[in-house]
Amino acid sequence: MKILVTAKRVTDPDMKIKVRSDGAGIETSSMSFKVNPFDEIAIEEALRIKEDKGGEVIVVGIGSDKAQTEIRYGLSMGADRGIHITAGSDPDSDAVARILVKIVEAESPDMVLLGKQAIDVDDNQVAQLLAEYLGWGQACFASKVSINDNTARVEREVDGGIEVVDMDLPGVISADLRLNEPRYPALPAIMKARKKEIKKMTPADLGVDTTSKVVITQLAEPPQRKGGRIVEDVAELVKALKEEALVI
Amino acid sequence: MSFEFKTTCEYQKYFTPSHDLVRKSARQFVKKEILPYIEEWEEACEFPKEMYKKAADIGLLGIGYPEEYGGTPADIFYRLAVSEELMRSGSGGFCAGLGSHNIAIPPILSMGTDEQKKRFVAPVLDGEKIAALGITEPGGGSDVANIQTMAVRDGDHYVVNGCKTFITSGCRADQLTCAVRTGAEGAHGISMLVIEADTPGYSVSEKLKKTGWWASDTAEIYFDDCRVPVENLLGEENQGFYGIMANFQYERLMLAVMANMTARLAMEEAMRYSKERKAFGKPLAGFQVTRHKLVDMATLVEVSTEFTYRVAAKIGAGEDQIKEVSMAKNFACMASDRVTYDAVQIFGGYGYMRGYLVERLARDNRILSIGGGATEIMKEIISKLM
Repeated sequence: MKILVTAKRVTDPDMKIKVRSDGAGIETSSMSFKVNPFDEIAIEEALRIKEDKGGEVIVVGIGSDKAQTEIRYGLSMGADRGIHITAGSDPDSDAVARILVKIVEAESPDMVLLGKQAIDVDDNQVAQLLAEYLGWGQACFASKVSINDNTARVEREVDGGIEVVDMDLPGVISADLRLNEPRYPALPAIMKARKKEIKKMTPADLGVDTTSKVVITQLAEPPQRKGGRIVEDVAELVKALKEEALVI
Repeated sequence: MSFEFKTTCEYQKYFTPSHDLVRKSARQFVKKEILPYIEEWEEACEFPKEMYKKAADIGLLGIGYPEEYGGTPADIFYRLAVSEELMRSGSGGFCAGLGSHNIAIPPILSMGTDEQKKRFVAPVLDGEKIAALGITEPGGGSDVANIQTMAVRDGDHYVVNGCKTFITSGCRADQLTCAVRTGAEGAHGISMLVIEADTPGYSVSEKLKKTGWWASDTAEIYFDDCRVPVENLLGEENQGFYGIMANFQYERLMLAVMANMTARLAMEEAMRYSKERKAFGKPLAGFQVTRHKLVDMATLVEVSTEFTYRVAAKIGAGEDQIKEVSMAKNFACMASDRVTYDAVQIFGGYGYMRGYLVERLARDNRILSIGGGATEIMKEIISKLM
């Protein structure tokens, strides 16, 4: 089974982010980065499938030279080789999907497994767009994946429960939080991953125009929380909810 | 050959993105497997033995050691990155206990035969066995040339009699890389033996109660007609002294790293606390006296760390750094003495209470300027090399 996975470079979710002074992005100079946690789960799942069924796991990363670090992280976890699409800034979801289409055409994987969304912009679009462009089946928000010959049974987390889907392969699966708990790379694997191949290409090489359809014009810090207040009794609470909070 | 004449210098970077990946993995290990339990282990004066296996499984024990014995060859800064991250557990005792092989196996690797390395290194890097180093005796530590534990040849065995003390991981060690006297008095009568804990005549004291480093088991070890096979001799008879001395260089570097991290953690805690703790209506950090104290702490930490890295880089490049590493250890310990003291001062009464990290750091710090050669011994070494 040949599986394509993604590794997006995102700001470390444990760090506090600051909006850039022009409001069009966040301050990245003092930030640390890591692989998108949902992608990490997708990589882990791909590795488990490979360990069970055999095959190959290919990690794709898109971004500046530094994005190679996240591809190497995937290789350290156990993926076999990497593909790095170099791009000055992060392309929008649609461009990412169109880049992945080209890679899928070149690699013909049995499955594309990716995080349901990246924790930086939370767009949650790439998996769905990719499946549409490829004309493949999609099973997003997977909390369990089992492979049976040419089909995948995927348990999806939906409102109010779990939906079970049987999907023909090749197909696109996006990983939800509870799919698995990713391993952390063992040190010998990190050292070996230094020698694994990462193929570099540009979007132009693939014939993909990455001009953004989505432009971020303004980011703002959420309003500061005002301090809470303890009320005397229910009557006062109801009054406050009616007159101050305006919620009832 | 091209010769590019550069007019600007580049500065040396010690850690590459590959080092950072190793660091991240070690950090995750600490966050998940150690931090939730460390308080409990400190109070119990022991960490679970299975931690050796867990650490070995992700390659933490074998970093920097040869592949044929289960290690992962890597330059010195990978080991530094791992040591620094393990110190983020906030427990020097845990680090010393888990890392006791780092002082116990280098003599085996440098002096031992392939057969000995397979027997005494591979199972340790695999987390199956615990290794300790035995040099210090009740009558002397840094005065290695004067050790008294005797090993007398009897057929194909050495009969060992004597005692070793302050042995890190001593209670649980399966094997002791041990300095013994096989010849005349002085440095040229000393040999290194690997003594296995199940050898008849080998016994271990109760766990020694210490000021700090609670999570590590420290013991006294006794040899009473302990018969050690001759094949456990490392290198040649009476040639052990140099191996012991060469091993100290690395031990001192690692103690400097521990001291720097002890100081760094104390400083970080003090910074955080001084922003949240209020006195006389404003945060402690609002007082110039606190800010200046924090500045002095940060300066010491940065300067000491940079010098230690520099010495490590030279050791990694194969340069002799006996003098410099002794300076690095002394400077780092001076810095951590001062910084941990001041951190407790900023915490006030809380800094004296168990359960606060700075309290433990201040306690754990005290051993660093004693173990692996005391500050005064370092100065003697430096003075002879100036």
